[in-house]
Amino acid sequence: MSSTATSMTEGATPIGSEDHRDYVTMSIGSQMFGIPVLNVQDVLGPQQITRVPLAPPEVAGSLNLRGRIVTAIDVRLRLGMPKKDDGKPAMSVVVEYQGELYSLLVDSVGEVLSLNMKDYQRNPPTLNARLREFSDGIYRLNGALLVVLSVGSLLNFGGQKDVA
Amino acid sequence: MDDLLSEFLTETSENLAVLDVELVKLERNPNDMELLGNIFRLVHTVKGTCGFLGLPRLESVAHAGENILGKLRDGELVASADAISAVLECLDRIRSIMTDLEGSGSEPEGDDSELIERLNQIAEGNAPAAVAQADKAPADKAPAARKPSKSKPKAATVAAKSGTAPSLYEQIGGMGTIDAVVEVMFSRIMGDLRLKQYFEGVNMDRLQGRMREYLAMVCGGPNTFGKLDLKCPHASAVGKGLDDSHFDAFAGHMQGALNALEVPAHLAAMIMAIVYASRDEIMGRAESGSSPTNAAAHAAAQESAEESAEESTEGSAEAPAANEPAPAAAKAAAAPAAAAARSEPSEAKDSAVANQSIRVNVELLENLMTMVSELVLTRNQVLQILRKQKDSEFAGPLQRLNHVTSELQEGVMKTRMQPIGNAWSKLPRLVRDLSHELKKKIELVMVGQDTELDRQVLEMIKDPLTHMVRNSADHGLEGPEDRRRAGKTETGKITLNAYHEGGHIIIEISDDGRGLAVDKIKAKILQNGLASESELEQMSEQQIQQYVFKAGFSTAAKVTSVSGRGVGMDVVKTNIEKIGGTVEMRSTFGKGTTFVIKIPLTLAIVSALIVECAGERFAIPQISVVELVRATTNGELKVERIKDTPVLRLRNRLLPLVSLRNLLRLDSEKVKSEDDTFIVVAQVGTYSFGIMVDRVFDTEEIVVKPVAPILRDIEMFSGNTILGDGSVIMILDPNGIAAHSGQTGVGENATAEAMAAKSRSRNDEKVPLLLFRAGEGAPKAVPLALVARLEEIERKTIETSNGRWVVQYRGQLMPLVHMDPGQEMAAAGARQPVLVFQDDEHSMGLMVDQIVDIVEARLNVELGADQPGRIGSAVVAGQATEIIDTGYFLRQAYADWFGSHDFDHTGGASKRLLLVDDSAFFRNLLAPQLSAAGFEVTAVDGPDRALMLCEQGEEFDIIVSDIEMPGMSGFEFCEMVKRSGRWQNVPIVALSSYASPNNLEKGRSVGFDDYVAKYDRDGLVHTLNSTLSEMRGAA
Repeated sequence: MSSTATSMTEGATPIGSEDHRDYVTMSIGSQMFGIPVLNVQDVLGPQQITRVPLAPPEVAGSLNLRGRIVTAIDVRLRLGMPKKDDGKPAMSVVVEYQGELYSLLVDSVGEVLSLNMKDYQRNPPTLNARLREFSDGIYRLNGALLVVLSVGSLLNFGGQKDVA
Repeated sequence: MDDLLSEFLTETSENLAVLDVELVKLERNPNDMELLGNIFRLVHTVKGTCGFLGLPRLESVAHAGENILGKLRDGELVASADAISAVLECLDRIRSIMTDLEGSGSEPEGDDSELIERLNQIAEGNAPAAVAQADKAPADKAPAARKPSKSKPKAATVAAKSGTAPSLYEQIGGMGTIDAVVEVMFSRIMGDLRLKQYFEGVNMDRLQGRMREYLAMVCGGPNTFGKLDLKCPHASAVGKGLDDSHFDAFAGHMQGALNALEVPAHLAAMIMAIVYASRDEIMGRAESGSSPTNAAAHAAAQESAEESAEESTEGSAEAPAANEPAPAAAKAAAAPAAAAARSEPSEAKDSAVANQSIRVNVELLENLMTMVSELVLTRNQVLQILRKQKDSEFAGPLQRLNHVTSELQEGVMKTRMQPIGNAWSKLPRLVRDLSHELKKKIELVMVGQDTELDRQVLEMIKDPLTHMVRNSADHGLEGPEDRRRAGKTETGKITLNAYHEGGHIIIEISDDGRGLAVDKIKAKILQNGLASESELEQMSEQQIQQYVFKAGFSTAAKVTSVSGRGVGMDVVKTNIEKIGGTVEMRSTFGKGTTFVIKIPLTLAIVSALIVECAGERFAIPQISVVELVRATTNGELKVERIKDTPVLRLRNRLLPLVSLRNLLRLDSEKVKSEDDTFIVVAQVGTYSFGIMVDRVFDTEEIVVKPVAPILRDIEMFSGNTILGDGSVIMILDPNGIAAHSGQTGVGENATAEAMAAKSRSRNDEKVPLLLFRAGEGAPKAVPLALVARLEEIERKTIETSNGRWVVQYRGQLMPLVHMDPGQEMAAAGARQPVLVFQDDEHSMGLMVDQIVDIVEARLNVELGADQPGRIGSAVVAGQATEIIDTGYFLRQAYADWFGSHDFDHTGGASKRLLLVDDSAFFRNLLAPQLSAAGFEVTAVDGPDRALMLCEQGEEFDIIVSDIEMPGMSGFEFCEMVKRSGRWQNVPIVALSSYASPNNLEKGRSVGFDDYVAKYDRDGLVHTLNSTLSEMRGAA
């Protein structure tokens, strides 16, 4: 990712053609998620993660990304989903939030999709409250729904003011 | 803000700092002309720059200050304290204007006329004759104009420099041209066989460098004028046989170079004239006016002098050149360097050094440091990889990389290093002002100013240091009168000493003043309720002195404008601890006080010990690690437990231990016994404790990185870092651990002993204790007075009845209980030792394994118990010992009996008893016994609480009160109760270990109905009963 990605903040206009937005897709269990591509700094394979004792449960630990210390967040636990138990290592999607790097641990990372805005809609009111808190909206894809994750609310622990 | 202004601000504030120091020096040596000259120059520079930048307010203030200094220098005024104070005040005003200037970019509004008036008064008042002259002096008149002989040479160039017209230097095109000229010149010299021969063996690079500086100076370039000692190179050159022909050849090449670079002819001529002129100076010749070269110099110099005269401010009646006969000016201009070198050799040397330094933005340095830190980390990683591979071809280059990195790290660290003198520069002024204000004579001695430390650290200790010096001056030192009476010299001395010691910098601040009066501190401690009197008695002087670090603690009898407000030492301590430092204090009453601050050299890279616990690695900063200890189950050192609290006996001290595993809630599959463990003995302030870890690795240099915001509220970590193998590791914060390990007093620097003293029990009287072993764990103890008898019972006489062990004892069945329920009877031995406790006609036996000893010991229950049958733990005979609760065992043996007993009482006339004792130990001890004796016991921890109950309308039949209690004593309490109120007629029994006749008498006089010694359990119950029956009889 170029340095422009770092300067992008949450909510900035994603690139893509006028009616298309680009998303990095990822999945947890059978659910697909997407994060605007400019918010993503890196996608990493399984990493050695150092546990941080006494940290909130969602914090999986810290890892070393080219000399920078990145806090790993278990997205499953953050979304209130059960802990991963298939023994397969998690993938990391590295995002920057308020000047700090975070690695979002997900089951797998898919391709980058350019999605048409006409398929986009706000969260249905019946959506799981936890999910609704962290989601910006939903794309209807062929045979699947993609939940757009809001990096800001995902990493806004302890309710500090979201500056983004 | 434009660059020029910010440059001005930095430079001026530096100048002001120097001025502060110099002025104080001047006050001490009013006749030091060199010093005075220096001061004058500095003030003048400040004034000149202000004028140049169009800052009228600053300029007028500086001008007024300069006036005074001018008079001082000219001997028209004496450097009295008043005069110096006035100048200092003037500097302060300049400083405050500058602060605003820095903030807003423009001069603040304000009126300085009062200050200026005062300054002028001082300047005029003492030397009215000088007024006219001072007034005449135009703003940017060169100081040289008033310096008749020595400064003349400067006139031309200085005027050219400070004037607004371009100087010779600027006209020829600045350093760029000079560089080029020197380059061309030297290439020509090297091509000249004669000269080449002559310069054989001379370091040409160096010479070239000198030449460049020389030329820059000749042209009046910035910062270089008059600051180079030209005499030396030339003199040595002469010694080597440099003659006129050499010089001419040399000069010829210079001329050629100037021409080649198309320097305008008249400028070149001026330069050459100066060079030739200085030649005469160098070669020690008298001026021979006939020489044609000199004539040229003459002319050129005169021209330059005239030029500068024109350039200086219009209306100046005293333009330097005009003031002097022309030939003299020319002569002077012709030999600038030599003259300067001659008149101020020492200054010249200093500034030559200064010229080799450049100003670098701090941010740039910080970035550089960060990058180097990263490099160090990467290097560590690479080395780690290398270690795994044998015979790698990378070994050689990597070794080199290693060295280079280390050197680079060192170098960059050095760029951040600043002499501690920078932080001290304000102190002489401060002390000087204080000594005037406090009317004390104070001498400030500074040793080791050159000791260097990281600028970040330096910034952070600046304020604490200032505060401590201020404290020393105000509290520490006595006035001259007192000092003389104490047999000391009138002048008090404050010594600052800084030096390096093992990766740390030590700063000592000591004074030879009155020292800390322990009595005063004690009184203050009591007044503030920080500790009770008996607690204080147990503390060493050292411990008591540490209380000065508490918030709100000031022993100054009165609050002065300087200090004594009680804010300070705690802040100092906090600030120093913030940067990982420690501060200690030693004080001898009457002799003085010394503070020792120990701080790490740098914050960015620290040395840390890597430990492992439950498979996770952690770093502990080396600065807080005192030693490493290995404890094994059967070795000399072993972990002992007081209930579940692990402790270690280390050199006769009870070291509290913290299990990292429990603290961090680390769980691992393989549960390792913590009895076989490594212990990192850490020290925070004066509090030591041990951290139990599984393994200890190496120490490693780590770069502390802040943790992510979501982890910041975990107190246990001060940061994280990346180790050589690339893994992330958390850095433990010993402060946080200490605070979390339940030793909450730690942050407030109580020592372990002090804390022990402060804990629950305040009993400092020695009591006989029976030591025995029973069941698991630590030895047990019980106050001997509670034990009726010690028996050894034939094991075969022990029977079981109704599922309990009993023994026939003195014609009765006596129940026997174990220390811990479910404990099996020890098979060994034919006789079972038993402690017999008796309660009226009932007795019970506590089966123990072994009766160890009877010792006299203070009963300081340090740790409370949550296990039944124990009151708590204490150190008895140097060992952690559990104090048992006899009441509990009595209840165990006679559960039913007690129950029915209680029932009887609640149904009938239960005697309500109020127990007032500040000691939890005694409340715990007595309450069960008294309830066992049939009282309905309410226990409170002090008279205040008791009186509160009284107000609430509680009724009691009898009150038992301790005598020695903090706050209100038992006597006062009794008096109060007896004086009036609803409890007027309630009998009060005093309880004290001090059963002296005196006390008895006093007790009776204030209204105690009886007096019982502590530990006399039977006596107490008996007394209570008889007192009550008396009352009843009386009623």
